[in-house]
Amino acid sequence: MSTDTAHSDVQQFHPRVRSALENPQIRSNFRSAMDGLMGKRQAAFEDWELETLRDLGAAVRLRALSRLPELLVQLETNCQLQGIRVHWAETGDQACEIIRDICKARDARRVIKGKSMVSEEMELNHFLEAEGIEALESDLGEYIVQLAEETPSHIIMPAIHKNTDEISDLMHEKTGTERSRDVGYLTASARQQLRDKFMQADVGISGVNFAVAETGTLCLVENEGNGRLTTTVPPCHIAVTGIEKVVEHLEDVAPLLALLTRSATGQHITTYFNMISGPRKADEKDGPEEVHLVLVDSGRSSIYQDQELLDTLRCIRCGACMNHCPVYARVGGHAYGTTYPGPIGKILMPHLLGLENTRDLPSASTLCGACGEVCPVRIPIPKLLQRLRKESVDGDRLRPSVVPGHGVKRTLKEQASWNGYRWLASDPGRYRLAGWMMTRFRALTPRNVGPWTRYRTAPRPAAKTLHQLMAARRREEQS
Amino acid sequence: MTDTIKLYPAKPAKVYFYGTCLVDLFYPDAGLAGVQLLEREGIDVLFPQDQTCCGQPAFSSGFNDQARDVVVPQLDLFPGDWPIVVPAGSCGGMMRKHYPELFAGTPWQAKAEALASRVFELTDFLLNVCHIRLEDRGEPVRVAMHTSCSARREMGVGDIGPTLLAQLQQVEVVEQARATECCGFGGTFAVRHPEVSEAMVADKTTAIEEAGADTFLATDCGCMMNIAGYAEKQQRSLKGQHIASFLWQRVGGDA
Repeated sequence: MSTDTAHSDVQQFHPRVRSALENPQIRSNFRSAMDGLMGKRQAAFEDWELETLRDLGAAVRLRALSRLPELLVQLETNCQLQGIRVHWAETGDQACEIIRDICKARDARRVIKGKSMVSEEMELNHFLEAEGIEALESDLGEYIVQLAEETPSHIIMPAIHKNTDEISDLMHEKTGTERSRDVGYLTASARQQLRDKFMQADVGISGVNFAVAETGTLCLVENEGNGRLTTTVPPCHIAVTGIEKVVEHLEDVAPLLALLTRSATGQHITTYFNMISGPRKADEKDGPEEVHLVLVDSGRSSIYQDQELLDTLRCIRCGACMNHCPVYARVGGHAYGTTYPGPIGKILMPHLLGLENTRDLPSASTLCGACGEVCPVRIPIPKLLQRLRKESVDGDRLRPSVVPGHGVKRTLKEQASWNGYRWLASDPGRYRLAGWMMTRFRALTPRNVGPWTRYRTAPRPAAKTLHQLMAARRREEQS
Repeated sequence: MTDTIKLYPAKPAKVYFYGTCLVDLFYPDAGLAGVQLLEREGIDVLFPQDQTCCGQPAFSSGFNDQARDVVVPQLDLFPGDWPIVVPAGSCGGMMRKHYPELFAGTPWQAKAEALASRVFELTDFLLNVCHIRLEDRGEPVRVAMHTSCSARREMGVGDIGPTLLAQLQQVEVVEQARATECCGFGGTFAVRHPEVSEAMVADKTTAIEEAGADTFLATDCGCMMNIAGYAEKQQRSLKGQHIASFLWQRVGGDA
């Protein structure tokens, strides 16, 4: 996020989409993966009252957000009471600097990382590398993505764009692993290489799924055990998270966890669920000496200023919206060029990067509503997309708005065409006359109407409009 | 927090019919079939001649002022306390769900909300208000049903098309793969993001063909124009028909 190259990448949305659509590998990898995930989610909720659970999830998140400032202070206090040092970062860069300073103070050279999307958002790995600190991803998907020098294409399954052959080639090239189609073999090889790194690491960095204000507990959901190793083996653990991840009570975690794992991967529960409540105590045999919590704002408190847009912050990062998105399923995560792809990315990234850098995202949706239908915390994603479309073409760019870059997409041409639409459709006489002309001269209808007819035939006006047919019927009835 | 419960009125003596601009200009037979199906139920259908467009194209493009200006003169077209029936989930969704949002905090708020609560999608109205009984007079035929995303998710009428079709003895309905997935129309989406739209409509067309249907029925003319227009451009034999036209033909109405 800190570099300009990331921004220009985002602006290349259309070329990226085209190249993704032309790539049969991307198409089939995503389609089959998303089909699988949709099926698993559905099966996982079969015995549950899903809609009631979603109501509960939404209520828990809304209650937390309604008291966000005070809950964050409460979280800080309760973390500190347990010996967790709490740091506040207004920007992603500040968060990177805080983490660097913690590492430097310990003279740390090797960092092992658990999966964290906010660290992707901050581009933490690049930052640390530039400071001479090695940061190695330990989540298998993230590990693959890092080997390939790419970014995650999905927030839960970062390497979902790659198939086994590609991963085998990559691991062979980068780590000397023998080529194999045996997923178990490849996984074991990665595990072997990572195991030493865990033991050697000076610092472990993880994300946070839920931060409980009342108890100062940091919850971490994972499947590979890498999260537990990352947070317990190295002498120092740094947890980094967005400020919106706070919940009020410990019992709030139960419905959110039930929704998260089922929505994300169709699991009733993940293999590991970590509840971190401070560094190693005097009588304990393991755990880190130091635990830090870095709370990152990075545009979130700005979103929080708007009654409607703050629903964006309910998100628990399950990825169900992208799994069910017909656009995402076809173009994949990299086409978006943003840390968070898919529907949640479309409503979140304009806040983080500004609409000037995400100009094509709000319109890249049919508003089909599949995302809103599955969101475990009922974020009204289509409504928020609509709101961002409105912000994109805002006529008053000087008007204060919480959305950076509002009005950037307003063009005289588009404005003129909607004014023309208004001129025609706000006056029934004009509208009927236009209808009469379109039908009367339908033989003159153009065969070519821009992008529409690139892939479809142009619709042909009828011989008579419904207005005319209904008027004729009325005349018949009366005569 | 779940959507409010939709209450259906008793079958009324009259209804207003909102044809929608797409039906008006390109598919008036679908509108007329809808009118005739309602009349067959003994309902007097009122068609205000001053209706134009529901405002959705401008609204979904973020031009709310233009959308409001188009809708305001139409708020007075339905003075009687009769339901407003719309042969499209998309325009129906605009009126029922989005008018209250579009007019929130404006002088027209109360009027828009009152209108919104009277809006029903045609097939929903035929089934749940009219309790229509259909006797099939047609030849055996195999069709697929495509319910629009707005009919399904905004108007909550996802299973109504298949339920109506099940009354027709000679009609076999095949289910295409990923039946609930969007066809890629999305109004201006189809021209703003033509390549993604094409990828979606290509998959939808193939899914319907693979299910073994050479005709698909649609709740919305937007989807129909998209899927059938794609098939035609590709010189494939798949044809589309609005469900109202199909039902009217099956019960022996003139085409």
